[in-house]
Amino acid sequence: MLLKNLRMIFRELSKQKLRTILTLFGIFWGTTSVILLLTFGMAVKSRTSKTMHGMGEAICVIWSGKTSISYGGFPKGRQLSFFNGDAEYLRQQVPLIGEISPQYARYDVPVNVNGKKQNFTINAVWPEFQDMRNMVPREGSRFISPLDMEERRRVVFIGNEVEKTMFGSEDAVGKLMYIDALPYRVIGVIVEKQQDGSYNGQDKNAIFMPTTTYLGIYGDRYIDNLVARAKDVHKTPQMKAAIVTAMAKKYRFSPEDTQALPIWDTTEYDQFLSTFFNGFTIFLGVVGVMTLIVGGIGVANIMYVIVEERTSEIGVKRAIGAKKRVILSQYLIETFFISMVGTISGFLFAVLLIVIINQAPIEDFVGVLILKPSIAIITIIIISMITLIAGWGPAKRAATLDPVVAINS
Amino acid sequence: MIKMEKIRKVYNTGKIEVEALRGIDLHIRKGDFLTVIGPSGSGKSTLMNIIGCLDKPTSGDFTLNGRNIKQMDDNTLSELRNKEIGFVFQNFNLLPYASAYENVEMPLLFAGVGGKKRRERVTSILTRVGLADRMHHRPNELSGGQKQRVAIARALVNSPSIVLADEPTGNLDSQSGQEIMELFVELWQDGNTIVMITHDPRAKDYTNNFITLTDGMIQS
Repeated sequence: MLLKNLRMIFRELSKQKLRTILTLFGIFWGTTSVILLLTFGMAVKSRTSKTMHGMGEAICVIWSGKTSISYGGFPKGRQLSFFNGDAEYLRQQVPLIGEISPQYARYDVPVNVNGKKQNFTINAVWPEFQDMRNMVPREGSRFISPLDMEERRRVVFIGNEVEKTMFGSEDAVGKLMYIDALPYRVIGVIVEKQQDGSYNGQDKNAIFMPTTTYLGIYGDRYIDNLVARAKDVHKTPQMKAAIVTAMAKKYRFSPEDTQALPIWDTTEYDQFLSTFFNGFTIFLGVVGVMTLIVGGIGVANIMYVIVEERTSEIGVKRAIGAKKRVILSQYLIETFFISMVGTISGFLFAVLLIVIINQAPIEDFVGVLILKPSIAIITIIIISMITLIAGWGPAKRAATLDPVVAINS
Repeated sequence: MIKMEKIRKVYNTGKIEVEALRGIDLHIRKGDFLTVIGPSGSGKSTLMNIIGCLDKPTSGDFTLNGRNIKQMDDNTLSELRNKEIGFVFQNFNLLPYASAYENVEMPLLFAGVGGKKRRERVTSILTRVGLADRMHHRPNELSGGQKQRVAIARALVNSPSIVLADEPTGNLDSQSGQEIMELFVELWQDGNTIVMITHDPRAKDYTNNFITLTDGMIQS
């Protein structure tokens, strides 16, 4: 009976080819839009969070600032500077700190490799810097080690762009590099990474060396900035407060002075991003659902037309014994058939587009599109609901037609 | 088999009340071939709809095989129409996208008859009306007379108690009309009960009983 019914329904729909196709297209397009919009939203979100974390995850970058409150006999507007021992000092004072590293920076330092000259930014850091700031060495190479620190080795870890500029297509690892006319051995190259946030420039254009080596050559008195991460991410605010307290004690500024110790807390940004992208995804979802509703109206429209055109046929069917629910289910099945074909083809088209888009070189902007099962399931549920609502009215009308009136129409 | 007593039917179209049937008393026995003759507007179609259980009378008693239809709900009436009544319409009313076979099969589908029995029944009834070689043709590939034969086969396929024909020859040329009339007579001789509405007074010559309807009343 059901199979017979389906065959009959298919024949009836093929009588209305153009209308059926246009309606199918409405649902098809709605499905494609919803899936693509949601997938895009997710991709942009995950890419942004990934590249944001290219700089490091849940870290605090600390600079010395100017006091804005007079305190302890000092006038306001005093420029603070971190001394060499401050990283050790904070590690002792603030147990909440998981990792910490000082960072020295020197800009436009001349670098020479086999006669090729170019200026780069030199950073000097501790080994802890690697984990906090996501410095992933390429296979077969490494970051600065505690032994490099201890022995003050003249070794450098370089950005992938530095390698490209200075060594071309050659592997830089193990080779010599002259910085300020002194030779250093390259021990590692960073793997290519997406990095949105930065200070002192992007990591791919920088050169890193052990602080001990650096201080032995340049003899800086002051640290440019500190990078720290809490043992427990959720205690980042407490850690920041403890750092301010400890530094305020050492450098005699008011613990309430927010400008004396500027801290860039990436967890705050993460939180903002997550809120922003949730809103963004909801917005895209609403746009998609609107499109689907338009498709649903199209379905309701064609079904009303079909019922209208077949009024006399419905009357005949009722006369030869079709019960109301037979007519009702016939038109509901018909509606479902249209939207099922539309949904499935729209779904497949969306998958095809996703595959094509992933081939295009736009990864830097939107990242890789991945169709999540949750998106597919939600889309299918929404479409089913819209279809049921769209199909119910016409089907109900068909079933409640007065057979006497219907036959003679 | 069919008993009608003081059947009245009033249509309410806005302000005006139209009394289509004004007290019909009618008795149809098994094996009758009744012709209902009358001019248009005399209430023929209304009578037909009531006999066919498509419409309920405003007042009066109507019993079919001893069952009063007054209390029946829509589902029961649908079943009744499916099993006990076969309709033949003036303009055939076949489904245009279905073959002759599928058109005839439809009442059996609504009745939930199984596949094998359905095939036997449809084949034998189409053969009976002389369309054994036209079973898989669509209506637009059939002549008017052949279409009406399909419709008659559809009416007979569930072995109904009564066949109702509403001007079955009205849309046919005289030759085909003659053949359809002869087919009805043959079916009657096979033992079917038939009620035929027509405005052609000659039709009564074929049948064993006739009534004339004027202004919603039987003139005898």
